[in-house]
Amino acid sequence: MAVVDRDGGVLAEVTELDTRRHAEVIGESIAFCLDAAGVAPDELSAVVAGMGPGPFTGLRVGIAAARAFAFGAGKPCLPLISHDAIAFERLGGLALAISGEAPDPAATETAAPEPAAPDPAAPLLVITDARRRELYWSAFSGLDDAGLPVRLAAPELARPAELDEAVAGSCGSAFVAEATRTDPTSTPVSAAALGMLGEVLFAAGRPFARDEPLYLRSPDVTVPGAPKRVS
Amino acid sequence: MSATEPLVLGIETSCDETGIGIVRGRTLLANVIASSMDEHARYGGVVPEIAARAHLEALQPTLEAALAEAGVTLGDLDAIAVTSGPGLAGALMVGVGAAKALALGAGKPLYAVNHLVGHVGADVLRDDGSEIELPTIALLVSGGHTSLLHVRDLLDDVELLGETIDDAAGEAFDKVARLLGLPYPGGPQIDRVAADGDPKAIRFPRGLTLPKDLAQHRYDFSFSGLKTAVARHVEKLQNAGSDVPTADVAASFREAVVDVLLTKALAACAELGVPRLLLGGGVVANARVRQVAAERCAAAGIELRIPPLALCTDNGAMIAALGAELASRGRAPSPLGFGADSTLPVTSAQAS
Repeated sequence: MAVVDRDGGVLAEVTELDTRRHAEVIGESIAFCLDAAGVAPDELSAVVAGMGPGPFTGLRVGIAAARAFAFGAGKPCLPLISHDAIAFERLGGLALAISGEAPDPAATETAAPEPAAPDPAAPLLVITDARRRELYWSAFSGLDDAGLPVRLAAPELARPAELDEAVAGSCGSAFVAEATRTDPTSTPVSAAALGMLGEVLFAAGRPFARDEPLYLRSPDVTVPGAPKRVS
Repeated sequence: MSATEPLVLGIETSCDETGIGIVRGRTLLANVIASSMDEHARYGGVVPEIAARAHLEALQPTLEAALAEAGVTLGDLDAIAVTSGPGLAGALMVGVGAAKALALGAGKPLYAVNHLVGHVGADVLRDDGSEIELPTIALLVSGGHTSLLHVRDLLDDVELLGETIDDAAGEAFDKVARLLGLPYPGGPQIDRVAADGDPKAIRFPRGLTLPKDLAQHRYDFSFSGLKTAVARHVEKLQNAGSDVPTADVAASFREAVVDVLLTKALAACAELGVPRLLLGGGVVANARVRQVAAERCAAAGIELRIPPLALCTDNGAMIAALGAELASRGRAPSPLGFGADSTLPVTSAQAS
């Protein structure tokens, strides 16, 4: 949960890492962020919702709350792919947006970069935990002129052993070899990055994501066979 | 806020119905329901993940439809109420998350309320001018619940006398329908087929009615053994190469369910000296349940109350009504940290 402003930067952010408490904490998180930012709901321009990919229950609580809060405040709810926010942050787009500078993909060639500075032209493979021994992944080639991550393929689901093959299939083996990978055990989605990504997308006149949750899995259910005999 | 007639919006997502209701005090203004029942039909029962996904998609359209039907805006509301339990956890969480956010976005107080007490509270919304009299015995029967309550006060004094120890009555209807080759949901199908059958053709067992069971489970129900008895009966006929008299089996099964439900409910009325019985829950749609309840209550001198069917099945209006009751009695809104509680006890009208 975060409140961000195109000019003012990140005004407030709170993250709850306990994946079993989404429904409990969501109200207090919204209230805390609004209070910390000193902003009333009707002062917001919009609400940005991360549509995943993500495991079932938590994703749903987040989207339900984002839509309902926006509806309650009379503001638009703008859907985004959560992996785009991770890429936006990791590739340095968030930092650039906050500093107000334009990205410079040539910077790494013309000047000695800070050791930890993100490279906006570097291929990035965002990998997050999908539970049940599976991973969600998205491939990005870097940031574009507007400082927005360039997505190479739609988010997908893969088993760890089959990840490289799946990525190579849509992005090529060179990408697999070169891309920096996020650690699926510790890659939370920053709500501040999500919010600021929304600001930059809107300013650049780019489209938002489709308004549907990215579960990337069918519900757990099997069609029953004939009733079991009891005698 | 009007102290006596607060305008309250209720959100219900405990099972497969997304319900949004709006009431002004005890007056119903809107009751809009989106059901995912059709999506569950091929699986023979409610699939929690499918229900939860459907709630997320249905919530906002249902909310908009309810506001339009009531002719009010979010800004007009005095409070919002939401079911926080009991029910399916994943389904409840969609409603709870949305309700908290809606309340914060619109700047309204929020009440977390009990689904089962909501079923009792639905009766206050009847438009025939009659008022619910307390105390009353309440029998709530649905696909997820079979509960017998002693209600002395809607908010502060609801006692659980008994409940099912295995399947809910509605679940038994679904399972027996399936073994008779009838589609889901089973209640209306059994009702349809049973119309031509003899309810006394087969004497199926009445769960937890023997003296040894009554000592432990005076007001509890059990339908699992009944379902197995029906299955055995059907298999025996099939093994012998005989035709299964579906109408008689359906009628006799239904009679066993109805008999045990009303025998226990009327026993509670008699033993606790409460001459009133309130029915609630989706199974009340069953014609035979209503018929037998009317006959037996009349014979015993017990006043029977059955809210209109649209208020018996899961709905948001009953949640709004309970929220309005809390608000009009000056109760504090729920703190924002409450969660979905799939086993919320009936003694808590308002969750904390």
